[in-house]
Amino acid sequence: MSVLVYIESDNGTIKKAALEVASYGRALANTLNTSLSAVVFSSENSELLGNYGVDKVLTVDFSEKFNAKVYADIITQAAQKEQASVVVLSSSADSRYLAPMLSVGLDAGYVPNVIELPTQTQPFTVKRSVFSNKAFCKTEITTEVKIIGLSNNAFGLVEHAVSPQTESFSPKIIASEITVENIDKATNKVSIADAETVVSAGRGLKGPENWGMIEDLAKVLCAATACSKPVSDLGWRPHSEHVGQTGKPVASNLYIAIGISGAIQHLAGINSSKVKVVINTDPEAPFFKAADYGIIGDAFEVVPKLTEKLKEFKAQNA
Amino acid sequence: MKILVCISHVPDTTSKINFTNDNTTFDNNGVQFVINPNDEFGLTRAMWFKEKQNATVDVVNVGGPETESTLRKALAIGADAAFRVNTAPTDGFAVAKELTKVAQDGGYDLIIAGRESIDYNGGMVPGMMAAALGASFVNNCIAIEIEGGKATAVREIDGGKETLTSTLPLVIGGQKGLVEESDLKIPNMRGIMMARKKPLTVLKPTENKTFTASVHFEKPAPKGAIKMVDADNIDELIDLLHNEAKVI
Ligand SMILES: Cc1cc2nc3c(=O)[nH]c(=O)nc-3n(C[C@H](O)[C@H](O)[C@H](O)COP(=O)(O)OP(=O)(O)OC[C@H]3O[C@@H](n4cnc5c(N)ncnc54)[C@H](O)[C@@H]3O)c2cc1C
Repeated sequence: MSVLVYIESDNGTIKKAALEVASYGRALANTLNTSLSAVVFSSENSELLGNYGVDKVLTVDFSEKFNAKVYADIITQAAQKEQASVVVLSSSADSRYLAPMLSVGLDAGYVPNVIELPTQTQPFTVKRSVFSNKAFCKTEITTEVKIIGLSNNAFGLVEHAVSPQTESFSPKIIASEITVENIDKATNKVSIADAETVVSAGRGLKGPENWGMIEDLAKVLCAATACSKPVSDLGWRPHSEHVGQTGKPVASNLYIAIGISGAIQHLAGINSSKVKVVINTDPEAPFFKAADYGIIGDAFEVVPKLTEKLKEFKAQNA
Repeated sequence: MKILVCISHVPDTTSKINFTNDNTTFDNNGVQFVINPNDEFGLTRAMWFKEKQNATVDVVNVGGPETESTLRKALAIGADAAFRVNTAPTDGFAVAKELTKVAQDGGYDLIIAGRESIDYNGGMVPGMMAAALGASFVNNCIAIEIEGGKATAVREIDGGKETLTSTLPLVIGGQKGLVEESDLKIPNMRGIMMARKKPLTVLKPTENKTFTASVHFEKPAPKGAIKMVDADNIDELIDLLHNEAKVI
């Protein structure tokens, strides 16, 4: 028996979401009185996993680009080898892509968007968010092996130092009918999925030419930039920045909404962010009911000032 | 080319979410149901294949008789035929199994589902279906072309996108980007009239194997009151974010 976590890396470096998955896996292994194994594809800093309680690191001897079917099959083999009773993954695009295939491969029930440790283990019951964060659902997993998709930033990082055993893992590699032709990824930008802070702007900005101040603010905060749906539909910003119920979900620690009214479909997608700040000229904007901190004011005045003040703050607290 | 579009029947995005039976069941009362938005983008892309490449387009839903209005809407938008697998969609795996059967029997080249349903946000049905069918799978699909029995698809990844080629059959988890918002079609009178004559076949479910069970629902605790900060007092906001919220 064991708990197995899938550790994702980005350019050879373990992602923060993966360390969160390891932290969760450690706590779960303690609850189940078992050990924690991790499956790692390629990363230079896998020794880091010992800080988060991983007992055993399986380093996969396979260096090709991400392919969901192939990866799902490798994780299936790792789970079988480790006799995993629970497999834990993050909520990244890649994890969500491969998890359903892993579920079929292992004949294991999969529950995504899980927000905390199982509420009980007999029967095995987890709490997940449903209806785009408008409700939670306690869900029983009735299969012998279970797969948990952990919501980003739901559990946090918990340090727990151990000395992991490492092992090279050479699985059987299956064929795939899918070929990755090209990856187009900004290397110097934080993605919305990985960002601790997201700076998001709406139609209140009036036009695409005004996004410079949004990018400046995002830069001081090392934040990702996002936008409301009409902004992407109007072509002011790329679709990849559209957040909300029909766009990307956001579960950051800090979400700053600028010139966004706070329509129900927008809020549904960003509501699991921990702290929300709204800047809007209209005191009646619905976002004020959903946020933690608010400023009634003109974005064109408030945002540049906020950026300057944050620069000073960062300089003092560096 | 034969296309199957999987249609999930979900509460409209503005719906109030409530539960009944001691918080064990979603409360349908007063809720308007629609085609799942992610599926609607896929259906609209399927219409493009119908127009340009002469594809036939079937739609399918796993659900009770109440979902037929949603399937009729898909027919009015232009699908050729509809199937309803007559069983409650209790978990993602059970739904995927039923859809897999329909997909196998129909011999489809392309199976379009949404990247997730906006009710349970499971995001697992298309991937499970692909695995069960032994078909290729592209999730978060924002573009698809099919030429000479080969598909080229674009997948949204965290922080960018990826272009893939694949053999058929192919299952995609679609979303906005497959078509633009402005391409979505509201059914016209003629479409609605024609939809009445199109076949809607009710199928018996095959098996009732589930992996999970939703046992209890709850709503988030009410949010604390917002703290307002004066626009001339940005220092206070920074102080609150640093010392109180501890997020900067
Ligand atoms: C099926 C469906 C799905 C949808 N999915 C999504 C989704 O995923 N994401 C999403 O965002 N929307 C979604 N929407 C759209 C949603 O209903 C709203 O229309 C949208 O969120 C509004 O965007 P906005 O806040 O940018 O624009 P508006 O509602 O126009 O709000 C602009 C705000 O800017 C403020 N403002 C104006 N000038 C200034 C200024 N100088 N300084 C500061 N503030 C200013 C205004 O007071 C106003 O509150 C969906 C709608 C439907 C029907």
